[in-house]
Amino acid sequence: MARPVRFNIKSKDTKDWGINMASAPDGMTGEGFFAAKLSDVVGLARKNSIWPLPFATSCCGIEFMATMGSHYDLSRFGSERVGFSPRQCDLLMVMGTIAKKMGPVVKQVYLQMAEPRWVIAVGACASSGGIFDTYSVLQGIDQVVPVDVYVPGCPPRPEAILDGFMKIQELVGNESIRRRNTDKYKLLLESYGIQ
Amino acid sequence: MGLTNEIIKNRLSEKFGGVLTEWGEPYGLLTLTAPKEMNLKVMNFLYDEPDLKFRFLTDLTAVHYPDRKGEELCVVYHLHNMVDNIRIRLKVYAPVDQPDVYTATGLFSSANWMERETYDFFGVNFVGHPNLKRILNVDEMDYFPMRKEFPLEDQSRIDKDDEMFGR
Repeated sequence: MARPVRFNIKSKDTKDWGINMASAPDGMTGEGFFAAKLSDVVGLARKNSIWPLPFATSCCGIEFMATMGSHYDLSRFGSERVGFSPRQCDLLMVMGTIAKKMGPVVKQVYLQMAEPRWVIAVGACASSGGIFDTYSVLQGIDQVVPVDVYVPGCPPRPEAILDGFMKIQELVGNESIRRRNTDKYKLLLESYGIQ
Repeated sequence: MGLTNEIIKNRLSEKFGGVLTEWGEPYGLLTLTAPKEMNLKVMNFLYDEPDLKFRFLTDLTAVHYPDRKGEELCVVYHLHNMVDNIRIRLKVYAPVDQPDVYTATGLFSSANWMERETYDFFGVNFVGHPNLKRILNVDEMDYFPMRKEFPLEDQSRIDKDDEMFGR
């Protein structure tokens, strides 16, 4: 009698597994060498090894925990390692309502991160204050730190968080390695009072 | 027989006479109003008397009544007699232009936190409080958000307009 669940039925050839390998950037190949743009290579390395720093304050944080869990599994995107020290992380994930009193804390965490750094605002509260249109709640974290990607939803499903994360990967992969030295970027930071 | 609202009312009336007003018993909770200069005297009396023993401050907060001209801010004390398990509600009214009320921190240490909170949200100035500054809101806040003249919504936003948000 056949077993209802069968294991080890996949072929040995990794091409049949349906796993997406990161493709090599455009470049010149020849015998024994491969030449590509440095920013492409750096972007490829960066975007597939993002270390997220979760700043979870409410229900969006619970959705993030599901995202980190085995079912949705954020580590498929090279983010196995969730860091809880801003000094080592690349991506600040703000998930949840940020009260005005919490605003300086978010900014401090952002300042402690090393360049290059990215920020994703997950959920309506982090993006715009959400339903908490009131005196005590920060109306969107973009009032204190620059934000790269906003994820809508109240709270967003893990798929939405993953989609936002993939948008961040897109940004990271396509970013010029000189972007953080440009005057435009410095002006952006100065508009937030960051040197 | 334990302490009843009637006994408390009689004891207070014979001590303070007619200065205590607005007696009531909503949901069985004895409620009275004292002049704001008398709040400590009444609470001291309730605390010290061996048959009253209201020695626990359950709650201290304020209410803003914009229509009561000259006495807009109402400070409410909830006192509890733990021995006889009976509660009492004491109110004092203060004008919003000069909301000075004597602090209860000398009598109840728990009043320290609650008076700071009440100052934070209503701007009641508790005279004699050791550290009267904001406790829950940001220090830079320059108004008292629970007063009724302030709309609930955050007024610092410009992108939430009437069309989309019903402002």
